[in-house]
Amino acid sequence: MDLFEYQGKQYFARYGIPVSQGGVADTVSEAVAVAEKIGYPVVVKAQVQVGGRGKAGGVKLAADRFEVELHASNILGLDIKGHVVKRLWVEHATDIAAEYYASFTLDRAAKLHLAMVSAEGGVEIEQVAEENPGAIARRHINPLDGLPIEEARALVTEAGLDEAARDEAARILVDLYRCYVEGDADLVEINPLVLTTDNRVHALDAKVTLDDDAAFRHPEWEEFAGIGEIDERERLAHEKGLNYIGLDGTVGIIANGAGLAMSTLDVVNQVGGSAANFLDIGGGANADVMANALEVINTDEKVEAILVNIFGGIVRCDEVARGILTALDRVELSSPIVLRLDGTNATEARQIIAGASSEKVISEPTMLSAARRAVELAESRSGGGK
Amino acid sequence: MSIFVDEKTKVAVQGLTGSQGRFHGLRNRAYGTKVVAGVTPGKGGSEVEGIPVYDTIDEAVAAQGVDATFVAVPPRAAPAAILQAAEAGVPLVVCITEHIPAKDEAYVAAKLQRDFPKTRLIGPNCPGLISPGKCNIGITAGDIALPGGPVGIVSRSGTLTYQALHELSQQGVGQTTCVGIGGDPVPGTTFVDVLEAFEADSETRAVMMIGEIGGEAEELAAEYIKTKMSKPVVAYIAGQTAPTGRKMGHAGAIVSGSKGTAKGKMEALAAAGVIVAENPTRAGELMVEIVRSLP
Repeated sequence: MDLFEYQGKQYFARYGIPVSQGGVADTVSEAVAVAEKIGYPVVVKAQVQVGGRGKAGGVKLAADRFEVELHASNILGLDIKGHVVKRLWVEHATDIAAEYYASFTLDRAAKLHLAMVSAEGGVEIEQVAEENPGAIARRHINPLDGLPIEEARALVTEAGLDEAARDEAARILVDLYRCYVEGDADLVEINPLVLTTDNRVHALDAKVTLDDDAAFRHPEWEEFAGIGEIDERERLAHEKGLNYIGLDGTVGIIANGAGLAMSTLDVVNQVGGSAANFLDIGGGANADVMANALEVINTDEKVEAILVNIFGGIVRCDEVARGILTALDRVELSSPIVLRLDGTNATEARQIIAGASSEKVISEPTMLSAARRAVELAESRSGGGK
Repeated sequence: MSIFVDEKTKVAVQGLTGSQGRFHGLRNRAYGTKVVAGVTPGKGGSEVEGIPVYDTIDEAVAAQGVDATFVAVPPRAAPAAILQAAEAGVPLVVCITEHIPAKDEAYVAAKLQRDFPKTRLIGPNCPGLISPGKCNIGITAGDIALPGGPVGIVSRSGTLTYQALHELSQQGVGQTTCVGIGGDPVPGTTFVDVLEAFEADSETRAVMMIGEIGGEAEELAAEYIKTKMSKPVVAYIAGQTAPTGRKMGHAGAIVSGSKGTAKGKMEALAAAGVIVAENPTRAGELMVEIVRSLP
């Protein structure tokens, strides 16, 4: 789960990481109220989960009430790469002497945590990594050892941070590591971490991705639930507990297992079609789950055919077949289903489907033939053109 | 031969009295696996269909001698269960548990490496491993596998592992061992670990590898294959059409920027001499051709 900047800053603050004084605003008058409270000049910042908001006009400096009104009204409702701004973060402006970068993430290949620190902050770190890799100091951190303050001090020195910033930056790094570990984040990133003209160091931006699997030990994450789902289909799927990602194509996909679902997307693409979604119904493919899945796909107006790809292992195919028939009673589907069932009890399952003689369900013996059939149906139903 | 397990492997099921542990543990026993013990704290002295249950893995090891454990407990309890098994000296731990926090996985991996280097962890979030006709630990349906080799399978995905077994078995091509390493960011056993074992196993004559988007495990495997592997490898990478920045089901399956793409992985594997298939069916066909042409 990706947090918005303002949530990331609130998360940082819990671990003692200094951030600018500010507040959240959903309207122009709220933005003015925040600005009047914290004092001018302020920065009005769009809260969207996409990079490049500054260039898109989503970050503006305001010297007085008039400018806050002007910028807030322009930024609210602004479309930044498909993300419409609904919320602002208004914070006290900072006099910047230098901009740095700091982050923690997992190095999967090394099976260790990775700290990255650079004196070249304020730009995309990928760009720094490409153009000047030597400017990034990296260090693996063994979770059994953690990050002692001496290590953090060595790291900021190696990264070439200004002398005046080093003590404070090292302390922030230790707190940021604690935020990363105890806060169960997949990523914590401060870009830029700034040195102010009066020699203080603080986080001017906050990027935090939380590990959804750790939600059970973070009841405080409740307030973040449902954020970032800009797609109505995904919101609906999430409510039903389905593992769904919306895409742009015309073939709706239902499969059991993430790998098989990904593979189904691949095969649909290879036979000339395009998937409308990724949907993994997992191991519990009973009638209820199947009906929920079909309901979600049915709300997608672009869908012209639905491909159900099940490999029965633990899941028995006859149960899946019955589930589909039950689902058909519950849901008025606007598209036909092409069904591929293999594995445990597949023969019985095919008999069940054949016996029901529903015009809505077409059985195919293999994953490839099912994908071809679904794509053909989708194309003919959308008038052949795509 | 098989890798990691054989017909003599004695298995304990941690969480045998839970619904998952009971269902899969009994299924594994019905397949012919020597399931000798169950472990559930507080339920020591009871039994599940004739399998004695112990309070701790230590007691199970002392009473029965245990070569491998099957960890089928919820995410909160799984890290401790894995480390207890390692502490008890069990050389192989297979963990099917899904949704373990990444921080816990990283901690467990570091702890095993530093304090218990003799214990191999397979998983978490994996279907387990099966050596057809000999031993099945985990959730794979035994009847889709075919004994006798000569193909070894290693896979990051569950259902695609079954698909791979199915494609080969249907054509009459058997497997030596099929290892599901799991789709999480910190797998205990990696592609390279399994490829090394297959390379050393005299009965395995070709390897089928099923990867997916995210991370760089496939690239590291390509490096290993290129420099160290003599046996033919066929690979399929799932997620060729996956969008950037979205987790495709598995915690580990995410393309970030240009990193972790299927394209990059397929190119790395092809450059290492691996035969790369565009879908699982094609991978099966290519492997059948290779097996039929083996001397």
